[in-house]
Amino acid sequence: MQADETLDCMGLYCPMPIVKTAQKIKQLQKGQVLEIVADDPGIKQDIPAWSKTTGNEYLGLEEADGEIKIYVRKTQD
Amino acid sequence: MADAPTAEPKEAPEKDKAPPKEKMTLVVFSGELDKAIAAFIIATTGASMGMDVTMFFTFWGLNILKKNEGPAGGKGFFRKMMNRMNRGGPRRLKLSKFHMFGMGTGMMKQFMKENKVPSIDEFIEMAQEMGVKMMPCSTSCGVMGISDDLFRGGIGDQAGAAFFINEARESKVTLFI
Repeated sequence: MQADETLDCMGLYCPMPIVKTAQKIKQLQKGQVLEIVADDPGIKQDIPAWSKTTGNEYLGLEEADGEIKIYVRKTQD
Repeated sequence: MADAPTAEPKEAPEKDKAPPKEKMTLVVFSGELDKAIAAFIIATTGASMGMDVTMFFTFWGLNILKKNEGPAGGKGFFRKMMNRMNRGGPRRLKLSKFHMFGMGTGMMKQFMKENKVPSIDEFIEMAQEMGVKMMPCSTSCGVMGISDDLFRGGIGDQAGAAFFINEARESKVTLFI
């Protein structure tokens, strides 16, 4: 999937990927896509939940060799 | 979604843009390292999810807000003694289990560091940057003889149970830790 920005969260556990995602998404323009790269399996539940609460759009994930790439579109200001 | 202008006046979408923030209120009663970590994980995650978070620290939880340095404080001999034994400060918090005279706690701190989990000091700073409000309970402070100068900077004023209940009434998430 094509992303406008990438956030490296490899080696980080909850809550840091969510904290960093919330900080990073502020730098994006509305409509842009953020890719989060992480290895904490909790992220697969957490990013959809975060998206639902914040009103941003969860686009899906790709997983290979323990590396999870997860995509969110910024839909809120 | 498309931003097609319709017959609707401009106000409607503008109103949608800034809904009132949802609130979360935590009572932090415990002063142990593990419970403090849980409290701050939930608080910082809530703030990251766009919530207004208030942490109300009471009883042993006040130890989390105490400075690492400086005197133990306390008014009168017995309170001074108690505050010395119950010194507090994020760096002195112990695990609720497996403290083992400091060995277990030290090991857990090392594991946390290796896994890049923030320390309590770092969690407090992060939470403050995110606008998490931290309020000490005035009754606990009074009973234990803890004055404001024993607390770190940047925390809220002392407050009572009515403050907590008012916050909790307006909150979608309320937890006692």
